[in-house]
Amino acid sequence: MNNKLISAVSPHFHRPRTTRTIMLDVIIALMPAVIAAIIFFGWRSLLVCADCVAVCILAEWGFEKICKKENTIGDLSAVVTGLILALNLPVDVPLWQASLGSIIAIVVVKQLFGGIGQNFANPAATARIILMTAFSGTMTRWAVPQAFNLFPDTTTGATPLALMTKGETANLPSYLDMFLGNTGGCLGETSALALILGGLYLLFRGVITWHTPVAFIGTVALMSLVCGQDVPAQLLSGGLMIAAFFMATDYASSPATPWGKIIFGVGCGLITILIRFWGNFPEGVSFSLLIMNILTPYIEKLTRAKPLVGEVDE
Amino acid sequence: MKLKGIHVPHKKHTADMPPVRIPVPKLVTVPMSMHIGRPAKPVVKRGDTVKVGQLIAEADGYISSPVHAGVSGKVQKIDEMVTSMGAKVPCIVIETDGLQEVSETVQPPDVHDLQSFVDAVRQSGSVGLGGAGFPTFVKFSFNKDENAADAVVINAAECEPYITSDTRTLLDRTDDVFAGIALLKKYLKVKRYVIGIEANKPAAIQKAQELAAKTDGVEVHVLPAVYPQGGEKVLVYNTLGRLIPKGGLPLDVGVVVINVTTLAFIAKYVETGMPLVEKCITVDGSAVREPKNIIVPIGTSIADVLESAGGCKAAPAKVLYGGPMMGIAVPDLSAPILKNTNAIIAMDAREAAPPKTTACINCGACLTHCPLRLDPREIARAYKKNAPEDLQTLCVDLCMECGCCSYVCPAKRHLVQTNKLAKAVLREYNAAQKAKKEGAK
Repeated sequence: MNNKLISAVSPHFHRPRTTRTIMLDVIIALMPAVIAAIIFFGWRSLLVCADCVAVCILAEWGFEKICKKENTIGDLSAVVTGLILALNLPVDVPLWQASLGSIIAIVVVKQLFGGIGQNFANPAATARIILMTAFSGTMTRWAVPQAFNLFPDTTTGATPLALMTKGETANLPSYLDMFLGNTGGCLGETSALALILGGLYLLFRGVITWHTPVAFIGTVALMSLVCGQDVPAQLLSGGLMIAAFFMATDYASSPATPWGKIIFGVGCGLITILIRFWGNFPEGVSFSLLIMNILTPYIEKLTRAKPLVGEVDE
Repeated sequence: MKLKGIHVPHKKHTADMPPVRIPVPKLVTVPMSMHIGRPAKPVVKRGDTVKVGQLIAEADGYISSPVHAGVSGKVQKIDEMVTSMGAKVPCIVIETDGLQEVSETVQPPDVHDLQSFVDAVRQSGSVGLGGAGFPTFVKFSFNKDENAADAVVINAAECEPYITSDTRTLLDRTDDVFAGIALLKKYLKVKRYVIGIEANKPAAIQKAQELAAKTDGVEVHVLPAVYPQGGEKVLVYNTLGRLIPKGGLPLDVGVVVINVTTLAFIAKYVETGMPLVEKCITVDGSAVREPKNIIVPIGTSIADVLESAGGCKAAPAKVLYGGPMMGIAVPDLSAPILKNTNAIIAMDAREAAPPKTTACINCGACLTHCPLRLDPREIARAYKKNAPEDLQTLCVDLCMECGCCSYVCPAKRHLVQTNKLAKAVLREYNAAQKAKKEGAK
């Protein structure tokens, strides 16, 4: 028993959860959405996902190699970014565009600001906005879903949101189709069912809290009601569900305080509604995220808990 | 509303094991600093014979505590040792004769009023046995204002994993605990007594409740089994709803907090006059072959303690004074059992392996789990940019170092360590500010 003893500061116990297990949970939670994408949009969904994930990992590894930083692909956060970005793209997006988006997400938005935890904006949302601005043609060509057809012919149609923006509400798909994901849109945003399942898993695992999704979705519901819009259609269409559960809850770019999360969610909801009802674009979720990302440090400052100091007699 | 905390594995393997006395070790090393305050001054010299209960070092100043021999034998030398905190203190090394002869000086003290009670507690060498080692008599010395306290909270929360020595006190020495309450009632004139116990100790709760039902003014408050219920601030808030102010003492909100084992000891001392010379400690951890509760003379080496628990089944890689949440890692196995040691936890290489630290992902787990609502993430940032004003605003000096933030951190960042360092920065800054102000006058 003459071995050297380890000297360390307390605590000497740690929770098993690590960054890697958190990211693994997010990946598991995204699986229903990936499966829904394959069901409705065919095999190419998987190709887009694989492409984004591979390029994200490669970009992270390459950047860290060049900058002589510690390799962090093992924390799986690049996989999460790749998956979320892929689910935010239309199925027929050219792969080079998807790859470019992945590089922007990892290198420009994440690594240039200091890597994991340091990015002020959501990598996937920002990359999507840049792609949409740069390639508005391919980024808004929506395939018509053909359920359980792995090799569908490409026919394009309008998304429910575009229909509502144009006032063609008569052509809207049924609520059930919108809930299941049998509508036009990005790969992973159409199936509310799959996203809610994943969201519930994250809540159950304690990876996210209820504050952001409830505030975000609640605000959109309330404002749609107030504005006399079709509430279920507003909730089930566009990127609301994936944003509320998976993107607005991004640790690095959203507030960590409970009240901050609520303000963040309400803000996202309001901006989404503003853009959807009165803006030029049919969808405003990505922009709402980016704007609220910028406000995050201020929201945190405003909502920081008061330490329990007690009455202090000076 | 209760203060927040964390769920830690309880690992109370030894809860059903009444303590056993171990054979007298050959050698004991008794440090002069086992309490908060000035080290005690040795009153024996090399070659002196000592008996159990004999005074071997006297208190030096007001906040200090006398030290007594826990064994009979001969003083081998008066040496110097480095404590686990890194300080050099004198220590008395006693070679035991195994007879455990009790000193003639061990006589029940004359206790008849508050002053004589406080004096007796002082002479007993009693310090806070829950962990901090604050001389107990100081807590009772509020005779200037008789109404300073209206409640006594008895700390039996024992929220640290592994440790069950306080649970054993409640189970095996319930009468001593209630005799202690009777003493406090008589001399402190406080009417209300609250025993705080975590819900994961049903047997102790039942026993305490049975006796409380027969005693005026005693309540048993069952606390959620959420760490750190035993933290003084958390305990007082969760039992009485009172918040101890920053930098203040429980007495500022009319409360005296006393550890359950300390209370039982005081009652026994008033009855028999045997000072604080031995401790009941829990020996556990992944490296220990036979986890158990044992009674050992103060000064027994950790090596002897581990030996008494069947030795180690694996080479200990990390050995702690106290539990895994706030315990202090000892430098080597020759370190002695102190007055305020309530457990020795020996971890094998696997349990002791330090987790890999990665970048902060801003998940906010640290701030949503802090019982005192601090923001360790922001504190770390302020510390990094060396901004004492920010540390002041963030109230880092409030931190009780309970370890919840480090425990929950998925990136395994050393948040408690940073808080400790940040506290030192703030202390220095405040001292400099004070000096500047005084210089200006």
